[in-house]
Amino acid sequence: MKLKLLIFLCLLLFLIIPPSWGQEDATMENPADTLSIPPPAPVTNLRANDVDNDHGHAIEVRWTKSVDDGAGLNNVFGYVVYRALSPEGPFEERGRVPIGEEYYNDVGSKEKESIAYMPDYTNYFYKIRTLTSDSTIFRDTGVLGPVYSYGQWFNKARIPVLIFVAGFLIVTLFFISKAKSGADLFVRQLAGIEAVDEAIGRATEMGKPILYVLGLGTASEIATIASFTILGRVAKKVAEYQTGLIVPCYDPIVMTVAQETVKASYMDAGRPDSYNDDMVYFVTQSQFAYVAAVNGTMLRELPATNIYMGKFFAESLILAETGALAGSIQIAGTDEIAQIPFFVVACDYTLIGEELYAASAYLGREPILLGSLKAQDYAKAAVIFIAIIGFITVNFGWTGFTQLFEVPNSFFSQLFGGPS
Amino acid sequence: MANSRRISQIILAAVIILFAVSWIIKYFALQNEGVDTWFSIRDAFFITFAAFLTLAIMSFLYKDNPYYKFAEHLFVGVSAAYWMCVGFWSTFVGNFIPKVSHTLARFFEVPPKDIEITYFIPLILGIMLLLRLSSKIGWVSRWSLAFIVGTTAGLNLIRYLRTDFISQVSNTFIPLLVDWGGVGPFFSSFSLSASGQFVMSLANWMIFIGVFSGLIYFFFSKEHKGFFGGASKVGIWVLMITFGASFGYTVMGRVSLLVGRLTFLFQDWLGLIS
Repeated sequence: MKLKLLIFLCLLLFLIIPPSWGQEDATMENPADTLSIPPPAPVTNLRANDVDNDHGHAIEVRWTKSVDDGAGLNNVFGYVVYRALSPEGPFEERGRVPIGEEYYNDVGSKEKESIAYMPDYTNYFYKIRTLTSDSTIFRDTGVLGPVYSYGQWFNKARIPVLIFVAGFLIVTLFFISKAKSGADLFVRQLAGIEAVDEAIGRATEMGKPILYVLGLGTASEIATIASFTILGRVAKKVAEYQTGLIVPCYDPIVMTVAQETVKASYMDAGRPDSYNDDMVYFVTQSQFAYVAAVNGTMLRELPATNIYMGKFFAESLILAETGALAGSIQIAGTDEIAQIPFFVVACDYTLIGEELYAASAYLGREPILLGSLKAQDYAKAAVIFIAIIGFITVNFGWTGFTQLFEVPNSFFSQLFGGPS
Repeated sequence: MANSRRISQIILAAVIILFAVSWIIKYFALQNEGVDTWFSIRDAFFITFAAFLTLAIMSFLYKDNPYYKFAEHLFVGVSAAYWMCVGFWSTFVGNFIPKVSHTLARFFEVPPKDIEITYFIPLILGIMLLLRLSSKIGWVSRWSLAFIVGTTAGLNLIRYLRTDFISQVSNTFIPLLVDWGGVGPFFSSFSLSASGQFVMSLANWMIFIGVFSGLIYFFFSKEHKGFFGGASKVGIWVLMITFGASFGYTVMGRVSLLVGRLTFLFQDWLGLIS
């Protein structure tokens, strides 16, 4: 009886115990809570220096990872890089690094208005915090500094580029001097170029104008510069034959250069009075508005010949198909890989990629252009030779030669970290 | 002649009436959706006008006509004016004025920045370029043009040499036999999967042959005869196959643009698609 009463009282006691007591008991009874994470060993050999071969605003921080990172206590969760303008602080977090890593690139912006602005020649102080899974348990290194960032005038990582530029320059100057001395530099025939004279003659016979489209590039684009030379050649022929010439332009600067080119060609042909500024005119800098205007011109003026030379984008097929609709003979040339298929399909002759640059040399026969074309060919031969050597060395596992051609982009190596 | 003029007038009247009716119907449709009266009138007009311009441009597929001419001239005029305004407010006012004059920056209500003397150089070059409008001293603009063309060509030289030349050369240093461990392992682990040894080796051979034959095709200093001519023919085949693939891929993108325009006509304008 007494036993039963005792059991009843125990049960009653259990019923009136508040719930929080149970939780406290559970917490207290959790065996994991009886263990606390010991603080890890800090990183060692902390060092920081300016990132080399850049324009400044970046500091490279390196260290030897904690002995408890993957070994020892094995309680390292990661690292945090802190920076301050004085050894006493205040320190701001600059980035987090996973376990196993031993470097961090502290990259800032060069723009004063930017939040991430990091001026050069400013002393910075760094420390590294070694974290555990418990954010309240960590270990800091001592403060390292001062260290400042600055830009380099010479990017040593781009020495291979300098060697190529110097070599190419020497070869170019050699062939230019050879061309100027009267040597006959052979350039093989290109069908599209041969057709230009024939197309101009056709336009003259039909009494219709020639439409020349310089493309959507700016005056600094290589394809547009090559197009200017071809335009000069076409304009000279047009001036001699007294044919009409229409040059609608997308870019105002291109229009200005084109006007100068055509005017000079007319003067060379002895017909300065035939030149009219309205031949070369600005349309608009909107891609499809420009195309709409050129299409309208094609169907109203009905040119006998359409010449598309320069940089083209999505409008290439629209132009070429409308020209075909108008019954014009069409010659195109561009270095835009994506647009060449459309020109190949819709035009009578197409200059692919570098043939556009060769066309300007072939038509003009100027020593400077011919000399640079020959130098380019020798550069291609050098590429073939280097590629063969590269193939052989790679297939035999010799990496020394291939490493010479790994020219890093210092901007991206700064942004994504890693050794520059 | 008189007949064709009459027909043109009838067509014009029909177009005006049709689009006026469309405007009114669209207005009521927007009203039913709960849009305010004024906004209904405005939005219905813009949608109807956009549909008219779309169809006017597409009428070019039939032949050149006054409606296409109207749409073309409107497009050219508006775009030229728009880009001029964008160029003035974003480049000149947004980027240039705050760095040369705080007074002007306050006038245009843009935040002033630290004065940079170097910004006066493009100002002078720009004024020189505008002198082209004068027949007497227009020659001054050639100096600006020379600066623009020469500087960007010089800067691009290094950029293109690194990205289009040296990096491309570096990327052609590839093994012709990937993970080669001998003939036995090659056949024992043979598979046609994309990451398999056979397919990757075949891909590297294709790159090797394509790069060399393509380079030979663009060689201008030698006639394409004999072995050289044969390699050049392989090069042009590689190029044309690549262009064909690029053509098909790009055409798919262009069709999607057409789908977008048709969606506007059938959904936003006519309301036939929900």
